[in-house]
Amino acid sequence: MNMNHQDTPVSVPLHRVAHGRAGDKGNRLNVSIMPYHPAAYPVLAAQLTEARVLALYAHRGATRVVRHDLPLLPAFNFVIDDVLEGGVNGSLNLDGHGKSNSFILLGMQVQVPLKFVHDPDAPR
Amino acid sequence: MADIFRIGNCAGFSGDRVDAPGPVVDTLIEQGGPAALFFETLGERTVALAQLEKRRDPTRGYEPMLERLLEPILLRCAAHGIPIIGNFGAANPPGAAQVIARLARRLGMPDLKIGVVHGDDVRDRLDIGRHAVYEADTGLDMGGGEVVSANAYLSAQPMVEALRAGAQVVVTGRTGDPSLALAPLIHHFGWAADDWARLAIGATAGHLLECGAQITGGYYYDPGYKDIPDPANIGFPIAEVHADGRLFITKALRTGGLVNEQVVKEQLLYEIHDPGHYITPDVTLDFSGVTVRQAGPDRVEVSGFRGGPAPRTIKATVCFDGGWLGEGEISYAGPNCLARARAAARVLLQRLDIRKLDVEARVDLIGVASVHAGDAGAMWRDAAPGAAQDIRVRLAVSARTQDDADQAAREVLAMYCCGPAGGGGVRWRTTPRIRTRSYLMQPSDLAPGCTVRSAVEIAP
Repeated sequence: MNMNHQDTPVSVPLHRVAHGRAGDKGNRLNVSIMPYHPAAYPVLAAQLTEARVLALYAHRGATRVVRHDLPLLPAFNFVIDDVLEGGVNGSLNLDGHGKSNSFILLGMQVQVPLKFVHDPDAPR
Repeated sequence: MADIFRIGNCAGFSGDRVDAPGPVVDTLIEQGGPAALFFETLGERTVALAQLEKRRDPTRGYEPMLERLLEPILLRCAAHGIPIIGNFGAANPPGAAQVIARLARRLGMPDLKIGVVHGDDVRDRLDIGRHAVYEADTGLDMGGGEVVSANAYLSAQPMVEALRAGAQVVVTGRTGDPSLALAPLIHHFGWAADDWARLAIGATAGHLLECGAQITGGYYYDPGYKDIPDPANIGFPIAEVHADGRLFITKALRTGGLVNEQVVKEQLLYEIHDPGHYITPDVTLDFSGVTVRQAGPDRVEVSGFRGGPAPRTIKATVCFDGGWLGEGEISYAGPNCLARARAAARVLLQRLDIRKLDVEARVDLIGVASVHAGDAGAMWRDAAPGAAQDIRVRLAVSARTQDDADQAAREVLAMYCCGPAGGGGVRWRTTPRIRTRSYLMQPSDLAPGCTVRSAVEIAP
């Protein structure tokens, strides 16, 4: 992992700053988000609000988002209701489980100091 | 003497890599010491699909890959005293036991002791009007379909009974997934059924391992961001539980994948809602204080989890007949393909109206907008010109009857001759649908237990 130690604020997709995973139960989805750099946690905490995340999944019918904070890991766990449009058994979506849905949140633009950006060989 | 018990996981779902078990068993034998193996092959609706299969053929309804998974390892596990535990019984644990018994006899182990857990099938015990609906499911519409399956999440205790009776293989239907790993730990260490702090160790290990490769690099690998070695040969996980309560996650030796802090964190929160209150049938887990520490290569220590009393109610998942899914796909590529694909999508939706088919429909433009898109279709309607050069149009419908689903899907087939220019590669099919809803039952509603018999007794 190459970290660039600069404080310049940059706007990047969350995917450049954090990783995560989606899981489903019934019609309820959870998406975990973990910053690559633990010090990015408070910066992300201010931006990854329940309201912003709800807006991101609104086109899928999301009705409620609850964020659970785990500052020791550090990680956020977002619990998103009604986003699976019927759940794995009722959905017409190719991805009825919502397994690809972590990458909706990971596509959100965030503003972070450059030093928190995970910079692989081929940034995009 | 350090008292360490190792648990290997060899499957995280029905459909997992069938060559996973070998390297895990090799590793457990090589490292020595007491160990057990578990398979988790029973997703929320897998049991209903198995129940449908059992309706067609009463001898089936268990994990279809069972024999393929166990044949390479059964002899070695028995020889080294490594019990095998799996929910591969699905809708028919006695049927799975038959398969294992015949396999054991064929491999020269007529005395192999096989335990079968019963009591998870609660179709005769569940009164849907009386039981509370599990909170995440209150909004789901069941559409009035008939009950296909109803299974309670049993605790580790019936499996522990089977192990105490000498079972070398334990077959279950529905249990708590973490309970599959907890059972051999309770058996080995003699933990009490209300020793929440110790039960939490095993249930946490089970939670981390129950999805197989998801904690060793699977569902994690993101080239350039989260690379893993040899993704075609990911090693399945092994948990190392120490008598003093320490828990380490490792994996099969000489395999691909990895165990690092990042992947352990991802799996720790997988399918978790409130991390301070994760309910399993045996113990309620609190992950709010968990920390992870890289303790060596492919070795992460997990600590800070806590255990509280098991829930007073027992979750049971009921699967209802959910009608039919019809799907059809056709491809458009090259110049103006977005316009042609969009035209095909609009025409298909019009055709469903013209045919007056009783279906709910959705269209995807795969390559432009699909898995992240909502049913309403705004993403494909608004896609920018040139969004893709190779687009697959997918029509999906839900219907009450197979005929309506099939007729809708066949409208995609008709697009060969009637649709926009250059449409190719049509595939269509219908699939029966299952809808699930979970309810909360009382312990007194259930009568779980187990029977342990030798292979020769089960398959004379």
